[in-house]
Amino acid sequence: MPKAYVPKVVTANALLEGDAVWLTADDRWSPDMAEAELLMDAKAAERRLADAAKRQSEVAGPYLADAAATDHGPVPVHFREDFRARGPSNYFHGKQTEA
Amino acid sequence: MYSYSEFDAAFVRERVAQFRAQVERRVDGSLTEEEFRPLRLMNGLYLQLHAYMLRVAIPYGTLNSHQMRQLAMIAERWDKGYGHFTTRQNIQYNWPKLPDVPDILDALADVEMHAIQTSGNTIRNVTADHFAGAAADEVEDPRPYAELLRQWSTDHPEFQFLPRKFKIAVTGAEADRAVIAAHDIGLQVLHRDGAVGFRVLVGGGLGRTPMIGKEVSPFVPVADLLPYCEAIVSVWNLLGRRDNKYKARIKITVHEHGIDDIRARVEERFAQVKPLFTGVDQALLADIKAAFAPPAFKTADTAGYDAARAADPVFRAWCDTNLTAHKADGYAVVSVSLKKQGATPGDASADQMRVLAELAETYGHDELRISHEQNVILPHVHVSDLTAVHAALKAVDLATANIGLISDIIACPGMDYCALATARSIPIAQQIALRFDELKLEHDVGPLKIKISGCINACGHHHVGHIGILGLDRAGVENYQVTLGGDGTQDAAIGERAGPGFSADEIIPAIERLVLGYLDLRADEHETFLMAYKRLGMEPFKAALYPDKDGSRDAA
Repeated sequence: MPKAYVPKVVTANALLEGDAVWLTADDRWSPDMAEAELLMDAKAAERRLADAAKRQSEVAGPYLADAAATDHGPVPVHFREDFRARGPSNYFHGKQTEA
Repeated sequence: MYSYSEFDAAFVRERVAQFRAQVERRVDGSLTEEEFRPLRLMNGLYLQLHAYMLRVAIPYGTLNSHQMRQLAMIAERWDKGYGHFTTRQNIQYNWPKLPDVPDILDALADVEMHAIQTSGNTIRNVTADHFAGAAADEVEDPRPYAELLRQWSTDHPEFQFLPRKFKIAVTGAEADRAVIAAHDIGLQVLHRDGAVGFRVLVGGGLGRTPMIGKEVSPFVPVADLLPYCEAIVSVWNLLGRRDNKYKARIKITVHEHGIDDIRARVEERFAQVKPLFTGVDQALLADIKAAFAPPAFKTADTAGYDAARAADPVFRAWCDTNLTAHKADGYAVVSVSLKKQGATPGDASADQMRVLAELAETYGHDELRISHEQNVILPHVHVSDLTAVHAALKAVDLATANIGLISDIIACPGMDYCALATARSIPIAQQIALRFDELKLEHDVGPLKIKISGCINACGHHHVGHIGILGLDRAGVENYQVTLGGDGTQDAAIGERAGPGFSADEIIPAIERLVLGYLDLRADEHETFLMAYKRLGMEPFKAALYPDKDGSRDAA
C-alpha cells in the first residue's frame, strides 16, 4: 500500500534576519508557523516550493517540511521543525521572546 | 603575542571589503543563494536553524584583553549579549543579521581578528595546546609554529578547494592537550640531538568514521615543517575522494592507501616542493618567535596564598581543580570554567568576557587562551594574585571548581542551533551536570570527561570522551548512544559503543547508573573512570548501563 501523504508547509530562513519563516496562503513569509499554508497534496506542495524558490531576495534555502493540521493552524511533525518554530531550549532568545 | 604586519592588516581589510560587496550583491539580488553560499562560508558565515551564525577564528586559542573586550562589544552590539566558545578554539555568534556581518568583520579587523577559513574546504584555524607557553611539562611553545602554519595556510592558492576541510593541531608537550591524534595533521614539537623538529601524525579525525592519526614521520626538522605539510596536503589534494564527501577526508585516504604508501608519496612530493622554500619561512619564523617571547615573570611573596588556601575551603577546592603547574616559579595556569552546573557549555556573556579581559590585563600578562574543552585559560597568574582573581571570577559566576570533572562537559551546539544536528546536546549536558551536583558526587567521582555530540559529525568529540554521548534521530525521536573508553590524550583511543541508545528521558538516569556503577567497580579512589574501564573492560560497565536485560535490551 502506498504511504499516505503527509501534509507539508513551505519554510525557509529570511534573507536578512536569518529567522525561520513560513509561506502563507497569501504569499507572505510569516515568522509564525501557525500562519503557514498547509499543502494537502504533493503537486500543490511542489508548485508552492517552486514559487518560493524564485523569491531569492526574501529568503534562503526554502524546503518542504511535514506538518499537521490543528485548530490553531499547522504544527510541526518532526522535533527539528518544532525547535525551528519555537527557538533554542537553553535561552529564550528565539521565537519564545516574540510569543 | 603575534601582531599583524602591514600585509596581514591590508589582507584582512581587503577581504572584509570584498565580503561587504558580496553581501550587497546578495541583498540586491545580483547573487543567488547558491552563488553566495560558498562566499559566505569562506568568511565563516553559516545559516543555521534560527539565524545566521558567524564563526570567528581565535588562532591557536590565544587572545589578549583588547581582543576579548572587542568580542564582548560585538556580542552586545550585534548579537544577544553572549558568545559560544567551541571545540576548535573559535567563538561563534548565534544571532548576527546578514547586513551587519561586514561591520562585525571590520570590528574584528580592528583587533587583528577575522573569520577567514573558519568554514569551507580549506585549512581551518590551527589549534594548539591551551597551556602553550605556560605549562611546566612543555618542551617548547608550539604557538610560533602554529602561527607560521596559519600564515602559510591562509589563502594558500593551492589549498582553497580541497576535497574537504583540513585541520591541524600542534602540541609542545608530551602530554597531549590538543588532541593531535584526532586531526588531519597532528604535530608534536620535539627536541632531538639538540635540534628542534616535529613528530608528524596524519589521518586522524572523528566524525562518521573516527580514526586515530598514524605516524607519517618520527621527526621532521623545523626547517622542513612547511614543505612537509605542503607535501602532505598536496598529495591528499590530488588523491582525496572528491566523488564522495563522506570519504573525502585524509583519514580515509590514509586508510585506503595505507600509511606506507602515503609516506612514500609525501616524501616524493616533499623532494619537489622543498627547493621552492628558500628560507623566507625560517626568517619569518624567527620574527614570530620573538613575538612569543615569555612575559617578564615577577617574584612576589606567596605567604598570602598559602594562608588563603588554609583558611578558605572554597578557594582551596577551586585551586585544587582549576590550577595547573606553571613553568615559572610562583606562577600557576588558571582554567576558568565556562561550565557552571546548568549553564550552556562554552557560553560566556559580554560581562563575563570583560571581567576575563580585566583579569588578564591586571594579573595575567595580558594573555588569555580558549581551550578545546570550551573553557578560558589565564595562562600566567602569580599565586599571590589568585585570591583576587578567584574573587573577581566568583562575582560573575565563573569560579566553578570543576575542571576535568563530570560537569566539565564538552557539548556541541546540537539541534538547539545547528542545521546539521540530529538531536540536542546542550540540555543533556545541563541535566547531567545538575544531577551530579545534586548528588554531591562530582569530587568523589574525580577525573571524568563526558563529551556530547548532536550528530555523527562529532564536533563534541564524543569518540574521545571517557563517556561519549551521540545524539541521533531514531524514527523521529531523539536517541542517545553511549560510547565508553575514549581518550583524547597521548594515549588516544576511540570509545567503544556500549549498546542500544537511550531516549532523552532515559539518558540521564543511564549515565547516573553508569557512574554509580563505576564507584562500585573502582579498586580505590585513585583509580579513575578511564583506568577502571581499561582494567575491567566493557562488560561490568555495560551491566550498569543496561541492568534490566543484562545488556541485551532491544535495539532502539
